[in-house]
Amino acid sequence: MKLSGARIFLECLKREGVDVVFGLPGGAVLPVYDAMYDFRGLTHILVRQEAGAGHAAEGYARVSGKVGVALVTSGPAATNLVTALQDAYMDSIPIVAFTGQVPTHLIGNDAFQEADNVGITRSCTKHNFLVKDPRDMAETIKEAFYIAGTGRPGPVHVDLPKDVLLKEAEFHYPEKVHLRSYNPTYEGHPGQIKRAAQTIFRAKRPVLYVGGGVISSDAAPELLALAELTQIPVTTTVMALGAFPSDHLLSMGMLGMHGSYWANMAVYNSDCLIAVGARFDDRVTGKIEHFSPNSEIIHIDIDPSSISKNIKVHIPIVGDAKRVLARLVQEMAQEQGGQLPDIQRAIREQWLRQIAEWRQKHPFQYDWDDAVIKPQYVMEEISNLIRGEALVVTGVGQHQMWAAQYVKFKHPRHWCTSGGLGTMGYGLPAALGAQAAFPDKLVVNIDGDGSFVMNSQELATLAEHQLPVKTVIINNGYHGMVRQWQEIIYGGRFCAIDLSASPDFVKLADAYGCVGIRATKPSEVVPALEKAFATPGPVVVDMVVDREECVFPMVPAGGANKDMILTHPNKEQKAKAAKSQTGF
Amino acid sequence: MSQNGSEPRKHTIAVLVENKFGVLSRVAGLFSARGYNIESLSVGETLDPSMSRMTLVVRGDEFVIEQVTKQLHKLIDVIKVSDLTEEDHVEREMVLVRVNAEPAYRAEILRIADIFRAKVVDVTPLTYTLEGTGEESKTGALLDLLRPFGIQELVRTGKIAIARSPKTKVRKVEERVGKAREAIKDPAKEQKITGFVD
Ligand SMILES: Cc1ncc(C[n+]2csc(CCOP(=O)(O)OP(=O)(O)O)c2C)c(N)n1
Ligand SMILES: [Mg+2]
Repeated sequence: MKLSGARIFLECLKREGVDVVFGLPGGAVLPVYDAMYDFRGLTHILVRQEAGAGHAAEGYARVSGKVGVALVTSGPAATNLVTALQDAYMDSIPIVAFTGQVPTHLIGNDAFQEADNVGITRSCTKHNFLVKDPRDMAETIKEAFYIAGTGRPGPVHVDLPKDVLLKEAEFHYPEKVHLRSYNPTYEGHPGQIKRAAQTIFRAKRPVLYVGGGVISSDAAPELLALAELTQIPVTTTVMALGAFPSDHLLSMGMLGMHGSYWANMAVYNSDCLIAVGARFDDRVTGKIEHFSPNSEIIHIDIDPSSISKNIKVHIPIVGDAKRVLARLVQEMAQEQGGQLPDIQRAIREQWLRQIAEWRQKHPFQYDWDDAVIKPQYVMEEISNLIRGEALVVTGVGQHQMWAAQYVKFKHPRHWCTSGGLGTMGYGLPAALGAQAAFPDKLVVNIDGDGSFVMNSQELATLAEHQLPVKTVIINNGYHGMVRQWQEIIYGGRFCAIDLSASPDFVKLADAYGCVGIRATKPSEVVPALEKAFATPGPVVVDMVVDREECVFPMVPAGGANKDMILTHPNKEQKAKAAKSQTGF
Repeated sequence: MSQNGSEPRKHTIAVLVENKFGVLSRVAGLFSARGYNIESLSVGETLDPSMSRMTLVVRGDEFVIEQVTKQLHKLIDVIKVSDLTEEDHVEREMVLVRVNAEPAYRAEILRIADIFRAKVVDVTPLTYTLEGTGEESKTGALLDLLRPFGIQELVRTGKIAIARSPKTKVRKVEERVGKAREAIKDPAKEQKITGFVD
């Protein structure tokens, strides 16, 4: 059967199991929109800016485990998408982004709305394609989805010249993908897994350091089994929140720059660090020599290039987290002879007691105030209300870190945040995507007043599709995180951080056809949240919070985690923080 | 700074890639994005026209080279990466050099060329253009000896290298190459493919 390239494109998406496409049309990609006119089986959500399409595809992918899809036109639309591609690349989120392109005979001619799309996205995608012939369309799309979703997941970009969309070709949907140059390793090396098991068995102060890979490979059950069998405490990166239940006795919460004191101390004092699907990012390790100086490091990762990149690893295991952890559980059961032997259990209890002491000494804490809303309090109340069952999305800044510290998680794939790239403006469109994946779930977007306005146009998309995202703006009238750095590291020389000229967010919500609610006193927090969660349709809560609250604990960039600043620093601590700056 | 105590040195890395649009810029882009320095790079089709072979010369300690190899391997279009430095291998570079050759020095230049088995590929009343091949040390020595006469222009191919015996993984490729060769019945075509890869 002969079909146009555009129609082949749609047929392929359908066969890939795509149900929602986030997009925005334009000249070069119009043949696809024309074919969509009478095509059944795909929902198209019209975003208001192409970055929104990219982040929505990310949010959709993170919560659903499926590949997210964005579709935009050439030139400016493709360049608008770049931030989302890099964001997905840094956080290993599987999306496929399609861009229109000028007709093949005009490529390179500086044609209207031409950009070197594949040249631009080459360094911010796992792979990219330019389709030059409609006969290659089906195979290319099949490969794009396969590459995005397998191995270490990531964004794939496909550039679609207009003439390729218009020309007809015979449509055959390939059943299988064959890429001789791409064969991710899923099974871990049995010998290495055995060595790891022996090392873990001997360890006195082991720690599981878990990253986003555990979410990507759906390995939470295996992680829980391993932790419980071996009684090893678990700390997660910001990407892996939800990989391990927050209220589990073995949970230490997040580690790193704004992680818990006890998690950082446990890693520092550990004699065996088991890293799973994590990449020793500088925001996690701080000054790397002081991260975990006396531990034997076991690193499980599907991407060999993550292993021994930032830190020397003693036992590397290349493989899929889920499969390797399942094998490791078996090996550990054998090594231990079933449950943990009594002697070991006693040693482990001592270690857990030590961690509990650290925790008691320096828990997450803030000063209560009767008159002003403390942002941490908002997080606690959101957490109380959603009880681990809502999908939580964030912007980037202080509010993101408070959410990571205070919101409690029960399930994986219930948390979307821009970790590696730290993209302000990620929150609203990512929440849109998450809601599109699960229209009946409660989706809470915890945003900053600075971050929110970077993509607030997507309120229109939410209103149009009645996607009931509940946005809670932690409105401190500042680029709070920048203010915090200027206060602590730059000697209080505040510059370019004031956001008091922001719009009235309640009126803004109203103008977009959403519901706006404001809270300015602590007593109004719970009623405002309850009302927001009970109101149908999209809602924006303007939480007017303490303007100058800072996120603690904090490791100044380049500093050692063990020396983290626990509460408001004195002069000496600030001077030291300023010195530890190494250009981050 | 070396992270594992090993000294930075030159590595010759052979990269087998899909012969597809954009592959060269993927490899070159990787090096610039990660801050690695390429000393030389040469590319050419292999016996199997669906694949190309790149030979890269990179300087770095073991830690850097390990990352370079892993990152190269991570590129979807890269089929195989091998660090030839660790293996028995043969390497060659070709130089084309146009050197001042006034009558008084012509004999001397020819003698040098002869010693290095360099060929004279072009002559003008005042210049010789020589073609020299060999290991870097040899081409380097040739150039050193020619320099006093006045080198007008110099072009180098960059290093190409080949392992002396196939390792198991390479053999797979050889098999495929073998098949590709069988498929080519036309001897004229075969001639072309076995020609010099530049
Ligand atoms: C696109 C982008 N630009 C700039 C930054 C640098 N940056 C990091 S946090 C931050 C302030 C965020 O302000 P807001 O969203 O209000 O969050 P708050 O820290 O106040 O909670 C800025 C400007 C960034 N991360 N992303
Ligand atoms: Mg703010």
